[in-house]
Amino acid sequence: MTVAIETQGLTKHYGRVVAVQDLDLVVQEGEIFGLLGPNGSGKTTTILMLLGLTDPTAGTARVLGFDPTRQPLEVKRRVGYLPDSVGFYDELTAWENLRYIANLNGLPPQEAKIRIGEVLERMGLSDVADQKVGTFSRGMRQRLGLAEVLLKRPRVAILDEPTLGLDPEAAMEFLHMIRGLRAEGMAILLASHLLHQVQAICDRVGLFHKGRMVLEGRVEELSEQVLGGSYRIRLEARGPEIHGLLRGLPQVVRVNPEGDGRFTVEARADIRAEIARRVVERGELLALSLERPGLDEVYARYFQDLGKEGRT
Amino acid sequence: MSTAVEERTRRPAVRREGSPWTGLWAVLQKEVSDHLTGIRMQILEALMLLTAVGTVYAASQSIRQEIGEDPFVFLKLFTTSREPLPSFVGFLSFLVPLSAIALGFDAINGEHARRTLSRVLAQPIYRDALLLGKFLAGIFTLGIVLVGLWLVTTGMGLFILGVPPGGEEVARGLWFLLATLGYAGVWLALSMLFSTVFRQPATSALTAIAVWLLFAVFWDILSALVAQALVAQQPGYGPTELAQARIHLFLARFSPNTLYAETLLALLNPQVRALGPVLLTQLEGAVLGTPLPLSQSLLLVWPQMVALIAGTILLFCAAYVTFQRQEVRA
Repeated sequence: MTVAIETQGLTKHYGRVVAVQDLDLVVQEGEIFGLLGPNGSGKTTTILMLLGLTDPTAGTARVLGFDPTRQPLEVKRRVGYLPDSVGFYDELTAWENLRYIANLNGLPPQEAKIRIGEVLERMGLSDVADQKVGTFSRGMRQRLGLAEVLLKRPRVAILDEPTLGLDPEAAMEFLHMIRGLRAEGMAILLASHLLHQVQAICDRVGLFHKGRMVLEGRVEELSEQVLGGSYRIRLEARGPEIHGLLRGLPQVVRVNPEGDGRFTVEARADIRAEIARRVVERGELLALSLERPGLDEVYARYFQDLGKEGRT
Repeated sequence: MSTAVEERTRRPAVRREGSPWTGLWAVLQKEVSDHLTGIRMQILEALMLLTAVGTVYAASQSIRQEIGEDPFVFLKLFTTSREPLPSFVGFLSFLVPLSAIALGFDAINGEHARRTLSRVLAQPIYRDALLLGKFLAGIFTLGIVLVGLWLVTTGMGLFILGVPPGGEEVARGLWFLLATLGYAGVWLALSMLFSTVFRQPATSALTAIAVWLLFAVFWDILSALVAQALVAQQPGYGPTELAQARIHLFLARFSPNTLYAETLLALLNPQVRALGPVLLTQLEGAVLGTPLPLSQSLLLVWPQMVALIAGTILLFCAAYVTFQRQEVRA
């Protein structure tokens, strides 16, 4: 695998405001990297620096081996960008909007025609190609945005808040489309504050807080690191001394009784089989399910801990 | 903070690579087609056409009697006014700024408002191409409209007067078009500057119109007042009156409207041989009323035309610098 995006100590200050501080980031080709964090934590600024649309205060960035500050055209020729709340020329049709982008990319007319047809087809917009974009729904605009990204056949796609404002079904469908791109070897950088929505498709994530990337790694690694036990098992059982039994099991970090025979077990591994066997030996097992803690929880817990440390 | 500043100063001077003109043609094409199909421009075109037909018809009616007496009857078509209508150029100096402002006032902030700016700038072009493309598209559109108007009016003249225009009349007409484009350029560049400075298209449109009103209506009054205040009045005494007139003219020439009016005066009236106060002694030996050749008329308005073009370039540069320093993010 080759490196698609690499930054070292990337920093951006707006006057006294720190937008991004000392960002070290590596994204490989064929990987979906999630840039996650609340609004205003520096995600969009990072993206703009990667595209050469704003100059870093300090540090360096490399996108496909090019320096975005010095060679922005080379970078932008190879990188597709779907901005946060994307806008189009409402008075033009979907096809005309894409043709303008094809012209800006210097595609020859014949080639442009073929590619536009292709990407519209792929995003399921062929039927509305000749409709004015003003009539499009939010979901259609978002798909048109992705069509535009694909139009230049990029090696890197940068998507800013791709699911914002979409209904849950459309969001899942959209994320599914994005996952399809990874299969083609594209590197995808995805920025979002909807942690639970995008965690499913990210290979790795970086959590942003006030301009710094505070946590980075695979989702499971992060929950392991922050939450201790990364497996949460819910069960309902009847029998004597179930609580003590669960607590005594290896790999168990914590057991929370929730009354009426229900328990939540935090464990370092998936020990459902073990639990089932032991509970059945003792009494009756009524329900057993595994619940993966989400990134939302990781994020919340991390800053809870930080807050505590700060106070002591 | 201090470390960041140090790091910035330590960074080697970076030169961007690639041509700033990449994508210029694509932007130009799109903007021209937008302008020509947009309802905004169509309204202005209709307005201009109506005034052109109206004023030229009125003018030709009053010129008809004197055909044969004047060798430059076609130029008269543009400058003659007949109550209650002003002349064609009078209307033009009024409508050209308005159309230029209409084409430019939402050039950049309109893209912001539609959230298309970051998407367009994420394509392999520099900001230079976007701004220059939009400016050239505006000039090109106005050029098409003006050439069209000129041809229509000349055609009407042919039809009504029944004499063909002479070579010098055509040449003067072309220079008149060029000067009008320079004048339009000033207003286009100004409205584009406002479109980068202000975030709301309505604000930039109103500001541009306010500036236009200032120059169209108040500037001449203001400069006369200032001239009177600066030079103590001594009625009937030549030198102070001359000084006052000179200061008045000097101040008035800061207005593109004055420059344009003077340019038209000399280009369309070959008899005009000076654009300022002239002393009797300077007229010794002059054959009054004889027309100047085109080259001499051009010499007369050269400073005015250069000033119009320089103003355009200056305003465009201001817009360029503002735009380059602006954050893309809305």
